[in-house]
Amino acid sequence: MSGPSPQPLLTLRGIGKSFLGVRVLEGVDLDLLPGEVHAVVGENGAGKSTLMKIVSGVYAPDEGTIDFAGAPRRFGGPRDAQRAGIGIIHQEFNLLPERTVAENVYLGHEPVRRGLVDRKAMLGRTAALLASIGEASMPADARVGRLGVAQQQIVEIVKALALDARLLIMDEPTAALADHEVDLLYALVRRLQRRGIGVLYVSHRLREVFDLSDRITVLKDGRRVTTARTVDTTVDQLVRDMVGRELSTYYPERAAPGDLGAVRLAVRGGGNRRVRGIDLRLRAGEVVGVGGLQGSGRSSLARALFGAAPFTTGEVTVDGVPVWLRSPRAAMRAGIAYVTEDRKGEGIVGRQSVLDNALLAGRAIMPSWSGRDDRTPRIRGLLAAVGVRSGGEDREIRFLSGGNQQKVVLARWLSLRPKVLLFDEPTRGIDVGAKSAVHDLVRRLARDGAAVLMISSELPELLGMSDRLIVMRDGRIAGELTAGATEEDVLGLAVGVAGGSAG
Amino acid sequence: MSSSLSLPARRPAPGVFVALAVTLAVGWLVVAVDGGQLFNQPTMVSLLHVAAGLGLVAVGQTLVILGGSLDLSVAYVISLSSLVAAEAMNGRDGALLPAVGLPLAVSAAIGLLNGVLVTKLRINAFIATVGVGLLLKGYLDHGYDGPAGETSPGLVRSLGYQRVGPVPLSFVLLLAVTAGAWLALTRTRFGHHLIAVGGDPEVARLSGVRSDRVLLTAHVLGALCAGLTGIYLASRLGSGAPRVGTEGLYDLESIAAVVLGGTALAGGRGGVVGTVGGVLLLASIDAIFNQLDVDAFFKQVIRGLIIIGAVAVYARRGPRRVAS
Repeated sequence: MSGPSPQPLLTLRGIGKSFLGVRVLEGVDLDLLPGEVHAVVGENGAGKSTLMKIVSGVYAPDEGTIDFAGAPRRFGGPRDAQRAGIGIIHQEFNLLPERTVAENVYLGHEPVRRGLVDRKAMLGRTAALLASIGEASMPADARVGRLGVAQQQIVEIVKALALDARLLIMDEPTAALADHEVDLLYALVRRLQRRGIGVLYVSHRLREVFDLSDRITVLKDGRRVTTARTVDTTVDQLVRDMVGRELSTYYPERAAPGDLGAVRLAVRGGGNRRVRGIDLRLRAGEVVGVGGLQGSGRSSLARALFGAAPFTTGEVTVDGVPVWLRSPRAAMRAGIAYVTEDRKGEGIVGRQSVLDNALLAGRAIMPSWSGRDDRTPRIRGLLAAVGVRSGGEDREIRFLSGGNQQKVVLARWLSLRPKVLLFDEPTRGIDVGAKSAVHDLVRRLARDGAAVLMISSELPELLGMSDRLIVMRDGRIAGELTAGATEEDVLGLAVGVAGGSAG
Repeated sequence: MSSSLSLPARRPAPGVFVALAVTLAVGWLVVAVDGGQLFNQPTMVSLLHVAAGLGLVAVGQTLVILGGSLDLSVAYVISLSSLVAAEAMNGRDGALLPAVGLPLAVSAAIGLLNGVLVTKLRINAFIATVGVGLLLKGYLDHGYDGPAGETSPGLVRSLGYQRVGPVPLSFVLLLAVTAGAWLALTRTRFGHHLIAVGGDPEVARLSGVRSDRVLLTAHVLGALCAGLTGIYLASRLGSGAPRVGTEGLYDLESIAAVVLGGTALAGGRGGVVGTVGGVLLLASIDAIFNQLDVDAFFKQVIRGLIIIGAVAVYARRGPRRVAS
């Protein structure tokens, strides 16, 4: 920067953080000037959220220093950071829907007069704060639950301002906003900027980053790759910085063109509240990867196909037969299996045995199959086939490693002989060795004639496993890529800068 | 947009008062057809007496439930408080203040125990307060076979039976306690924080609310209210009674009154005014059935249906979640 640079509002030096021995941040430097919008970008898992949580006092850094407003800081918790003047606007709002705007804004520090809450002052000051950011039209006594998403976000911002925040962290602030609301947010950020408030802006959406920010820091695998002035960089450069890694080669061999069979699953015009215009065909023997950012509708697509949040429009056929996937039960009967992203919450019953977990789906939809004698040996065979090391089938599954838990879940679905398998982040939280075992299993299932749809946030995995790739953005299929695609191609489609060959 | 948003944020008193009016109107009609009269003085006075006893404990229960907790020990607290009060008075009029203070102190201590179990030891409120209730039951069953002690005649005359026009003094006490609780909920930091804790503990915590302290206070206040009901019942009966709380079903009825009054069972929404409406509704149903000489078991069935129906109505109009 030319000229004498002003005193930075926030200076981070050498920030490092590990969880359970896994390094998530290492030697991160960052500074923020008053009135600056500083964007932080990176792939899923690059360490953005952890960094923001360190700045806002949720986590303490293992290494490194934080200087804020000219003094070194050690925050003992979010309250400390708040009191120092750091506000954070979470992706998920921290508001009470049953309370008014003013009650939310002043929660925890209500103005008091003669022992009683001074409601008049509370309303007046809230109105003044609203007016100061150009939102005078919002009544301070409206119940928050009745406001739209964008307005709730404004309440969050006002809540931070009421604590005299000088630094605002915005974590994916547009994730929940409609297009026209995004413009309002832009205007708001500009007004905050003019008041000298520094903004740390975390977003996946590169367009916003370029529209709003003065500088951009790229994180990758917990390290800072670069910090650049926004005017000096380009989208292409940024994407290269975000990706920049070699594709590993230990993925199982892809399907040869001759291996592909008939279409097992076909969707035409599928849509619901979260996804729209889904056209999709999965063939026997094929692994189709689904890329896209968090919130782009990847999981919603899988949940729709599994009937957990059903399609409200469109048609689905399995092996050419029209099916109505109105519930998971219906989907299972149609031959669709779903390995969920949230293994602990939706995939396993932690306190039940390995065997009971493996039998869960079969027991649920095939009551006639309940004769203990024939069911159990078959599941045992499957557990052995997927290579579960459980230390006994009667052991509670929560004591198994993530990889072994996932294999049990796989065995469960295999017992139903599924025609279509949906995998949502199948290797999340699994160590490297077990990962390739899961990869091999997925490929083997395809080779045995199933059609596989695999969602993954890990681009190398996605590119290494898929015969074909679809990329989702804003609830739609943004484009389709073939096996030779690069990470840049996927990211480009995901953030909406490249055209891609629309499929 | 601004026109729809500038509606008063304080929603009008909940539908329980409409239900109350309808119940009284229908009840009056049915009782009249039956050849009786609902709105005569003795019936109304007894209705208000019933309401006072249930109301005091229900207002306290409202505070606890608003904070996202629950107190199932109140029935035993009521019994214990009635005994402590009657035994401390021992039929004498002197030293009324300590004789009232002692049962209240005992009640507050039990509330503190409840609060500590729920907030510090993180025991589920249902289990913690049932456990404390069973503890008290053991003590009561072991120590008492029947009524004990003697309430001071002055208190029997005043709190027990005195009236201001047709309104019993005890109901005036209920109104005063309700007003106090209303003020605490709407006009003090404690009230704002309590509702926040019940609405979303995480939001409250991130806003710097000391959740434990707030919820603990609510438990103490709730038990104090139960203690007041115990003292009132002692002044009605002339003595303490070891099973007056459980036989009156004050634990479940107080929760029913709170829910009928529009307070969310999960906390975070509602208030004491609605609870008083719920109490009056339950007391009115009681009075009407008494007038009609309805079978006691059938009466319970009807009350159960009314409570289920009311909660179903509230569930349909359930709170809108903050979109995220």
